[in-house]
Amino acid sequence: MEEVFQDVIIKNSDDYIINMGPQHPSTHGVLRFELCLKGEIVKYIIPHCGYIHRGIEKMCEKDTYQQIIHLTDRFDYLSAHINNEAVSIAVENALEVEVPERVKYIRTIIAELNRIASHQLWWCAFGMDLGALTTFFYGLRDRERILDIFEESFGSRLIHSVNCPGGLMYDIHPNFQQKIKDFIKYFRKVLPEYDQLLTDNVIFQVRSKGMGVMSKADAISYGVTGPCGRGSGFSCDVRKNHPYSAYSKVDFKEILFTEGDTFARYKVRIEEMWESMKILEQLVDNIPEGNYTAKMKPIIKLPVGEFFQRVETARGELGVFIVSDGNKTPLRVKFRTPNFSNLFIINKIASGNKIADLVAISGSLDLVIPDIDR
Amino acid sequence: MTNDELKFVVSEWVAGVEFPENKQYLEVLFPAESLHKLAKLLKETSETDFDYLFCLSGVDYGKQFAVVYHLESTTLKHELVLKVKTDDRTNPNFDTVCGIWRTAEWFEREVFDLYGIKFNNHPDLRRLFLPEDWVGYPLRKDFKDELNIIER
Repeated sequence: MEEVFQDVIIKNSDDYIINMGPQHPSTHGVLRFELCLKGEIVKYIIPHCGYIHRGIEKMCEKDTYQQIIHLTDRFDYLSAHINNEAVSIAVENALEVEVPERVKYIRTIIAELNRIASHQLWWCAFGMDLGALTTFFYGLRDRERILDIFEESFGSRLIHSVNCPGGLMYDIHPNFQQKIKDFIKYFRKVLPEYDQLLTDNVIFQVRSKGMGVMSKADAISYGVTGPCGRGSGFSCDVRKNHPYSAYSKVDFKEILFTEGDTFARYKVRIEEMWESMKILEQLVDNIPEGNYTAKMKPIIKLPVGEFFQRVETARGELGVFIVSDGNKTPLRVKFRTPNFSNLFIINKIASGNKIADLVAISGSLDLVIPDIDR
Repeated sequence: MTNDELKFVVSEWVAGVEFPENKQYLEVLFPAESLHKLAKLLKETSETDFDYLFCLSGVDYGKQFAVVYHLESTTLKHELVLKVKTDDRTNPNFDTVCGIWRTAEWFEREVFDLYGIKFNNHPDLRRLFLPEDWVGYPLRKDFKDELNIIER
């Protein structure tokens, strides 16, 4: 039964090894790459994680379902709302609670705003990885407007924990809809600037086209989802394949590119910002009247069983697997986080390139390290 | 394939299969020794074609350890949950599936790190998150948390 594993790293004793990280700016967090170099060429890459492992899965076993919400937004903090949505929907489905339509609409709107904000931050950091500092100011300038909308309605900007099992913690602010419409009007005007500044830049194109090519078969086998998988033609959008919240009511396109290189992953995210604005426009004027939460018992006890919920965060597919034994705390919670699977393809797609291109390729994977370590 | 057809196919391939109640997915509980055989058949047969392993989790039920595999076919759009259990708490081990789905290599390293479940024939079974010299497996139910890391 011995199998031959392809692309398994074989070490030699005379390899020249250097560390990249855990404090390196281009790893966007505490991740360490063990690089084997030959001159400027990277021979293989071994990622070492665990520098920000907090044991969230173990902590969840001691917490009630309402408390779990405040842990989940801390793994992928850039799509905090969508993480909370996953747990909330899993608990609601297990209890067979039907949440009001208003909740579904508001959740979808915030999720899309969150996705745009996340892609903006990725865009500005990615430009900076490749040496274009101006992108950072452009991206953060526009992201600020979304965070202001969050702050006005929910009181905090990054991890607002507004989702909870049953609905939302608070209702939206009266200015919420108008602010979003203003934002869309503004962002439709400035998003073409992103293309002028970075996409059409010759140096940028030379450094990203044909770099780090990932085939569709590899993307599926390694479980690479989100914009990275869709850049290789892997149709993995959970919003389309397994609709949740209000996604079945809106019309949007799943962005697919087939090149599989760094530039394709970049284009997917830019196009997704346009699609997210389309979704927002369809929903923002049609939020139904009603209650902002379903009637829930103060102590939530899930029935005995196993429950799984998949959602699409800004980085890919998030799965929440809850095993309940009927108590008010879960027996086991497993988070299948998108970055965990997206990270480990890096040896396959980046080895054989130069170190500077490794920075571009790992930037295009859009890694958020707490999401890997949990 | 519908769930009934999948049930039929899976019980043809391996003996001792059970289908526990699960409202969401078709769940298959089967003896651990046929894990590698069943996984390979599910991936390579064109009628099932389960090419995407979207979750692999270890579970400690108190007396038993289990490993749960969530599978989907990206072409045929059906889903399946595989589950294997073991009573052995001192030396739990299963066969690896990382030659079939590459993503399993790191999922299995995580399960090894936090549960101490060994995966036979795994190419690189080391701890993933915790330091190499860490003693114990924190996600086990009988893990003694002497430093009060988790209890608040």
